[in-house]
Amino acid sequence: MNWHGVWAIYRFEMARALRTLWQSLVTPVLTTSLYFIVFGGAIGSRMQAVDGVGYGSFIVPGLIMLSLLTQSIGNASIGIYFPKFTGTIYELLSAPVSAFEMVLGYVGAAATKSVVLGLVILATAALFVPLPIAHPGAMIGFLLLTSVAFSLFGFIIGIWAKGFEQLQFVPALLITPLTFLGGAFYSIDMLPEPWRTVSLFNPVVYLVSGFRWSFFDRGDVAVGVSLAVTAVFLVACMGVVAWIFRTGWRLKN
Amino acid sequence: MSDAILSVRGVTKTYKGGTVALKPVDLDIRRGEIFALLGPNGAGKTTLISVICGIVTPSAGTVTVEGHDIVRDYKHARRRIGLVPQELSTDAFETVLATVTFSRRLFGRSGHSGYIEQLLRDLSLWDKRNSRIMELSGGMKRRVLIAKALSHEPDILFLDEPTAGVDVALRRDMWRLVHRLREGGTTIILTTHYIEEAEEMADRVGVINKGELLLVEDKAALMNKLGKRELDLALVEPMSEVPPEFADWHLTLDDEGRRLRYTFDATAERTGIPSLLRRLNELGIAFKDLETSKSSLEDIFVDLVEARA
Repeated sequence: MNWHGVWAIYRFEMARALRTLWQSLVTPVLTTSLYFIVFGGAIGSRMQAVDGVGYGSFIVPGLIMLSLLTQSIGNASIGIYFPKFTGTIYELLSAPVSAFEMVLGYVGAAATKSVVLGLVILATAALFVPLPIAHPGAMIGFLLLTSVAFSLFGFIIGIWAKGFEQLQFVPALLITPLTFLGGAFYSIDMLPEPWRTVSLFNPVVYLVSGFRWSFFDRGDVAVGVSLAVTAVFLVACMGVVAWIFRTGWRLKN
Repeated sequence: MSDAILSVRGVTKTYKGGTVALKPVDLDIRRGEIFALLGPNGAGKTTLISVICGIVTPSAGTVTVEGHDIVRDYKHARRRIGLVPQELSTDAFETVLATVTFSRRLFGRSGHSGYIEQLLRDLSLWDKRNSRIMELSGGMKRRVLIAKALSHEPDILFLDEPTAGVDVALRRDMWRLVHRLREGGTTIILTTHYIEEAEEMADRVGVINKGELLLVEDKAALMNKLGKRELDLALVEPMSEVPPEFADWHLTLDDEGRRLRYTFDATAERTGIPSLLRRLNELGIAFKDLETSKSSLEDIFVDLVEARA
């Protein structure tokens, strides 16, 4: 293992985040605070509890997931896209670094940032609403698993993208709608049929549900199913990354 | 070749669009030499270097570095290689010290080393170590790329068009560095358009055109083998045409008949000069000056490329 190489990439990526600390942390915290003021304070006080949980508290897991997904994808995709764009990728390709080591560096850094971000949002939320955590271990587990899976997904997007607009495309047109429709702000049991059944085809439903279970001990679907869907997504992303490095797709001529 | 540090065997590259960038190339690089790869734009120089460094996947063939296959045993092979690319591809927001340390770590070495300080001092970058790369001039960025390539103390250094768009001072510094590296045992492979540089620096020269390695020669041998020499006589009395007595020498007239030129092969046993001078004397043709010149690597190169075109 070339641990020095992994460490170099990891540090490089973390340094990039520290340079843009304002965007990386302050913006999501501000956005989350706004959500709580609007949904928690203004509207939430007039809404009945969902599954016995106050509405302000109920939306916390979904909000964290929303940030986690978009930030994981954003961080990991720009991390690998930028060297392609500036041409510095030549150094990565000519270095004694395996595909696994490169992914460990890039995806590890992106996932670290996401986990930190998730915890910061969690802390911010705790200032606004009561927040019990029924299964802290599972909560951290889902946080980690989701961060890693979507950072891998972002890494794939970054290699696939041929321009900056394509980088924006997937988070904006795919992830945000899926998250909003994935039960981030409601329980899918509140939906009429056939929308309830249609929702079950949205993978984000399982992420939000599992994460919510770790807080309130109840979710839209069984926690085992949530875990399985997340794991399948993670494995699928790993498979695609492995294929990319084997064929050199959009990396090498 | 037993002392080859780098061996290229039957390497070809056809790009997706069908462009043939390399026809089967065989090449051995000797340990510790400076090898210059010459060729016009699009000849395949950069493709060949990119294949060796792992940036381009060859269509066929093998490359070994110190016996390590660049595909099967890429980690061992790549650790020994440093590459200075043609394009000024650098990070923008990183500092000089950070980016060079990054490179060293990326190639599997600990980042804490006095070597980096010495390297940056040698390249006159030490004073700029805390500057962001985007604040540097083009020449300074080129130095940063060289520092990155040397950061992990490679045995083989590739310089792809190192002096393109570089000012005189940097070019001189760069050649001094190349000499010093060679004295330290580093093998250097460079591509260049500046043929006079190859002529001055290289131990051996390879000429590549349209993906085909036309020849590989010791520079001196190449100059001897292909180098034509010219004898130029400034005549006292201009002549309107070459007298028939000189048919054997294939002389030409220049400068409105005031100069008589004889082209000969420098390596031939008999150059024909003494007999030519004797004959001139016999015919009473006086000349006031005489000079000889030999063709440069550039002339040789142009001849070669045109001959095969």
